[in-house]
Amino acid sequence: MSDRHPTTQRGRIRIVGFDDAVADQQAGDRENDDDDDTIATGPIDSSTTPGETTTETESEPDRPRRRLEDAWRRFRRNRTAMAGLGVIVVMAVLAVFARPIEVSTAEVTITLQPFSLAPYDPSAMFVGPANAPPSRAHPFGTDWAGRDQLSRVLVGGRYTLGIGLVAVALALCVGVPLGAIAGYFGGWIDEAIMRLVDVLYAFPFLVLAIAIVPILEPIPVLGGGFWTVVLALAVTGWIGYARLLRGEVLSVREREYVTAARALGVPDRTVIRRHVVPNAVAPVVVQATLNVGTVVLTAAALGFLGLGLEPGSAEWGAMLSQGRSSLVQGRWHITVFPGLAIFLFVLAINLVGDGINDALDPHRDVSDERRRLR
Amino acid sequence: MALLEVDDLVVQFYTENGVVRAVDGISYEIRAGETLGLVGESGAGKSVASLALLRLIDSPGEVVGGEIRFRGRDILELSADEMRGLRGDEIAMVFQDAGAALNPVYTVGEQISEAIRTHEAVTDETARDRAIALLERVGISDPAARYSDYPHEFSGGMQQRAVIAMGLSCDPALLVCDEPTTDLDVTVQAGILELLADLARESETAIQLVTHDLGVVAEICDRVLVQYAGEIVERAPVEELYYDPKHPYTVGLLASIPRLGDGRGRLTTIPGTTPDLVDPPTGCRFHPRCPYAEDVCARRRPPLVETESGSPDDGDPDTHAAACLEYTGDLEDGLDYEVQVRDESDESTESNEPDERRLGGNDGAERTRERDPTGDPR
Repeated sequence: MSDRHPTTQRGRIRIVGFDDAVADQQAGDRENDDDDDTIATGPIDSSTTPGETTTETESEPDRPRRRLEDAWRRFRRNRTAMAGLGVIVVMAVLAVFARPIEVSTAEVTITLQPFSLAPYDPSAMFVGPANAPPSRAHPFGTDWAGRDQLSRVLVGGRYTLGIGLVAVALALCVGVPLGAIAGYFGGWIDEAIMRLVDVLYAFPFLVLAIAIVPILEPIPVLGGGFWTVVLALAVTGWIGYARLLRGEVLSVREREYVTAARALGVPDRTVIRRHVVPNAVAPVVVQATLNVGTVVLTAAALGFLGLGLEPGSAEWGAMLSQGRSSLVQGRWHITVFPGLAIFLFVLAINLVGDGINDALDPHRDVSDERRRLR
Repeated sequence: MALLEVDDLVVQFYTENGVVRAVDGISYEIRAGETLGLVGESGAGKSVASLALLRLIDSPGEVVGGEIRFRGRDILELSADEMRGLRGDEIAMVFQDAGAALNPVYTVGEQISEAIRTHEAVTDETARDRAIALLERVGISDPAARYSDYPHEFSGGMQQRAVIAMGLSCDPALLVCDEPTTDLDVTVQAGILELLADLARESETAIQLVTHDLGVVAEICDRVLVQYAGEIVERAPVEELYYDPKHPYTVGLLASIPRLGDGRGRLTTIPGTTPDLVDPPTGCRFHPRCPYAEDVCARRRPPLVETESGSPDDGDPDTHAAACLEYTGDLEDGLDYEVQVRDESDESTESNEPDERRLGGNDGAERTRERDPTGDPR
């Protein structure tokens, strides 16, 4: 700093003549207004008192502490979403506790979960009469091979819920990084990724999955069934997330805090991971939740078409598919119960997805309150 | 050697309407520890000139010419990694809108320690302690508790303090402040300015202060650059700029400052608006708005010259330079304004007709500048 003393009396300095000249120029007349601009003005005491100011002591006090807590509070107030969440939790618990879960090696068998809610082994045949309607012994009836339908629906939840959640999680793991990179860097990276997305988008979702399953099937590691379906659904699923996230990132990367982070020398990958994605990911989370339902339906459709899980496994879609021949014989119970299970799960997922959508949008708070007051 | 030397910097933006030269050949330097003000209207290219220092001009913008030498090294030639090492560590930036410059999903403290961890291999504990110390240094009370507060829980002034703390996290040699007080009310603004002035005094940090508030400049700057339409039109030590402005644009800016108790009914303005930089005016860029413009102004582009001698500016930062044809002797009628300064002794006496003291300039320009303003200007 120089040794000059600070100029606090800004009011002392006064320019005279500039505005006159402007006026002259604008009017174009030579006549000068002689009323000498009275300089009789008190100097502004602009030496404001600096220091701790009262204005910066308190921010809005009723603001909740954490964004996620805040979202959870809003979510909890949404009764339909909570009901959906309840249905999902109940289904998941039923699926997990339907049969004991055991890990077997050559010698030892470790039982991870000893409970067995399902009354019968879902693959044991002729535990009752074939094609029996619901009765006290078999509440959901039995199928053509005399297998207990209730047990099969309960255990089938493992496949369906597992496929839905794992496929969506895998798709997110691919789609989120690719979308973020495409949106943040732009240029040819963006072009390459987005054109690939466009190409994949050109195929209908189900047709693409049908095309991918036979390609994946021969890979030995995957085995037949579960992982093939999961991978097929992940491959077809990530494009939606990538496109959605890229659009969000395009707007977030223009925000000043991203520039500020770059101005601090934060490397690009950290900028993306810490600053861009967390602020852009909300719509993707909503979309992914809603997609669990779609993925479950597609898995069911694949099972129905005979792709994916091996025949006879207790997956809900496969059960529907096998039951369709008995439908014409008037045995409604074989298809109704797995169908109801799919319906309930997808409905619940959609309710939760809507709930998350509302909960992540802070502006809902106000309108919610208003609705409640009315 | 100065800390930072900007030499003939040109930044262009490619828009649908054409090429915009937001910064058109500006040169200046900043010495270690000094505070330089960069003032001008909106759209004069001040912010662009500042972002260019950190090479943060993004497409569709581009630095097309000139050099930015920091400690003798040309920033524009550095690799991306070297540049990243420089950002935040040697040159840091404080943004105008502190609320927008803080990431809403992390606590303020986390963001400050992130800045520290970026450049120094420190443990999370150390980073945290230093972040708390920084918060205290910028005048945030109870820094340990505020460390884990989110940006929205800070008031505007405290957000700006937090952003300054982020900028200071690695003790940069140069702090670029892009309108740091524009969004704040005057009392908070005064606090922030005092903070900046303290920092400049205590540490050897040089500050480039971008603003459109001449009051802010008067308070803390050592030297001032006045930028208009992408060009520097006047460069002066801060006192000289206020007591003896040379360029008509600076004069217009100073004349436009409203004052309490002013008898005139209308506020003084500079007529017209900032020119469209796709197609800037010929000659002197200010001539369409300049009340003293003559025919020659539209034809000849005025170079930046030392106002005393009229010789071309040699970049010596202590001289007073302006880009007006008046100082190259091409203007026939000269500039017709005067600077009146009220004596401090009169301020207490509330007199209606205060004594006026005229600050004459140097001999070269005095004749025209001292002409009676009520007289015939032609």
